[in-house]
Amino acid sequence: MQANKPQNFYKNVSEALAQPNLKAIIRRTTDKADAKRAEAVSNFPGFENARTQGQKIKDHVIKHMDHYLAEFEKNAKAQGAIVHWASTGEEATKIVMDICKQHEAKKITRSKSMLGEEIGLSHALDHSDMERIETDLAEHIIQLAGDPPSHIVWPAMHRSREDVVKLFRSNHKSPTQSEEIIDLVRSARRDLRTKFLTSDIGISGSNFLLADSGSSCTVTNEGNAELTITPPKVHIVTAGIEKLVPSMAHAVPLLRLLTRSATGAEITQYITFHNGAKREGDADGPEVSHIVLVDNGRTKMLADGMEEMLRCIRCGACMNHCVVYKHIGGHAYGSVYPGPMGSVLTPHIEGLEVANKQTHACTLNGRCEEVCPVNIPLPKLLRALRAKSWSKKYEPITNRFVVSAYAMLASRPKLFQLSSSMGVVMMKLFSRKGWIQSMPFTSGWTSNRDLIAPESKTFMQQYKKQRKSSNTAEKQQ
Amino acid sequence: MMNTKDSQISDKKVGLFVTCLVNTMRPSVGFASVQLLEEAGCSVEVPELQSCCGQPSFNSGDDEGTRQVAKQVIQHFEHFDYLVVPSGSCASMIKKHFVEVFQDQPEWLTRAEHLASITHELLSFLVDICDFEPKNVSLDGSYTYHDSCSGLRSLGVYEQPRKLLSSVEGLEHKQLTASTECCGFGGTFCVKYTDISNAIVGEKTENIVATKADYLLGGDMGCLMNMAGKLNREGHTEIKTLHTAELLTGQRPEAMQNKAMENSGGNDASK
Repeated sequence: MQANKPQNFYKNVSEALAQPNLKAIIRRTTDKADAKRAEAVSNFPGFENARTQGQKIKDHVIKHMDHYLAEFEKNAKAQGAIVHWASTGEEATKIVMDICKQHEAKKITRSKSMLGEEIGLSHALDHSDMERIETDLAEHIIQLAGDPPSHIVWPAMHRSREDVVKLFRSNHKSPTQSEEIIDLVRSARRDLRTKFLTSDIGISGSNFLLADSGSSCTVTNEGNAELTITPPKVHIVTAGIEKLVPSMAHAVPLLRLLTRSATGAEITQYITFHNGAKREGDADGPEVSHIVLVDNGRTKMLADGMEEMLRCIRCGACMNHCVVYKHIGGHAYGSVYPGPMGSVLTPHIEGLEVANKQTHACTLNGRCEEVCPVNIPLPKLLRALRAKSWSKKYEPITNRFVVSAYAMLASRPKLFQLSSSMGVVMMKLFSRKGWIQSMPFTSGWTSNRDLIAPESKTFMQQYKKQRKSSNTAEKQQ
Repeated sequence: MMNTKDSQISDKKVGLFVTCLVNTMRPSVGFASVQLLEEAGCSVEVPELQSCCGQPSFNSGDDEGTRQVAKQVIQHFEHFDYLVVPSGSCASMIKKHFVEVFQDQPEWLTRAEHLASITHELLSFLVDICDFEPKNVSLDGSYTYHDSCSGLRSLGVYEQPRKLLSSVEGLEHKQLTASTECCGFGGTFCVKYTDISNAIVGEKTENIVATKADYLLGGDMGCLMNMAGKLNREGHTEIKTLHTAELLTGQRPEAMQNKAMENSGGNDASK
């Protein structure tokens, strides 16, 4: 499928809502994630303390970003890694592609990485003469389907088992006739295993970058990150600069929060800390190790007062618990990062003017903040982006007019009361049996629901009248 | 009736912030609020000069508009001992968000902080501050409760309405599935993204209908209008949607039974 664009948000939403099975497909994953997270949190009595600790670790690093970046670079180099700096996504992709060319690579294995998506790496590889091989099963599925990821943890959650059966039958060399999951996994393994073991370069993301050791940590359930690190001669890590933590002792508490918030698991199957290139005496490891540190809007977020967003550890809990995401799905957002965290991040990656509609597609109900493992005040940040969009005049002129007219009236109580009384009179004209089914300028409401018809007078009119008559009665007594 | 945590509650002046939706769409919630506060022993005043809390400006990102609206709320309510609002989202706006827009205006910030300190949502005020317990109210039937998001997450309103309603004789509670999940109202959201809002509220009404309750109750007019409007459009006229204050006082014909009780003045719960 063609990737949606963030600026076409309204159209994307209409298309998503028109898909008959989308809601059920999303719910299959998010309901399970929701329930499993709740169970994991209830089994972890220190969860609230852990959240505070996690937040403090991230805030500390964000505050001293320059120090930890320099420390990480120094220690990663000491481990034999080559460290690159990229200020934009294009720069980062170019660095990676140049490394691939330099090694005359033909086959590239990749381990699922949202940063990789963010910088457009899949796209760049697909438009080169190299073969892109995904080591994550879900990434393999969406690669075959030509889809962008629809969730940051479960990229293929929008695809059903039936879809996978069809995709594997038409793409795998010796596909299975079975529809059992185990047979489908084996079919993928038959097709991919040799490629994994013979690839020239492996590219992975990173969940944590440890400043004091220069190591990178990956968290997976399939051991697929290791497939990009061990067999190929060259390994490239691409990571956002916000992934920094001071040390292992700081990565572990965040890991405990990450796995519970993402899948409800206490730990994942594979957690690997890898350090630079293979040294003498090492049993395995890449001969050449590169680390590309990517800014791509992150320091701008810091400068723009959005530093709380840099705490994000990409668990996906905010989208699993978002009423809007659960109805429209990830693709509708038209960006790499969907849901609440995506609506805050995307304006810093793609520009606020193209991604401001998403900041309004939120009821500010606060559920995302409540489940965030590092206490990111997502509603506050979304509101701050709306304020920025308003001050930059990106909001549609009709919205600006209506909201400004409201503020003009609401800051003048007498005028507001007068217009409220007039509004009641108007609405009464359209009332039938206590309800309004439609009236001019209310289609936003009445296209989907009825409107309670008001009583004959406003509260203030009735109250004043009542007070007057009771005062008169008192005087007469 | 008088059984208050704040023993001098009767000396305290309560300013009722009616809210724009109650003022125009549902005056009975305003009268019910006055009645409950007076029953709880408060001396209630409803300032004539009041309009709206400013959420449409704030949520649209219009900070200057928000300040203009907020200033008149501060001016007309800061002299009260308490500002009470029959809505969680408007109370949260005044209590939590006014201060956010005055960060660069120290004088107004101080006044906004003072206003925040005296502002309460009605149902939690009745329970937490007044220690109020409705007496001699009875209603045969069942209710289900929707916990509106701002009241719940911003102000911690959850147990208080249930506690008040547990004093109503004959009234049975039926738990709403996902009662704390947003109903899709979200202020301007519901008209800006009417189709998403519709999908969300459709799921909410499905859960409401499944409870087979007689009454859908809540503490926020916006959410109640959203859910009631959807229920009516779907033809579920058997479920009556009320603000909790309306049910507790019998201010609406739908909950007349307990008003009749009150008129008869008896303690007899039987009908």
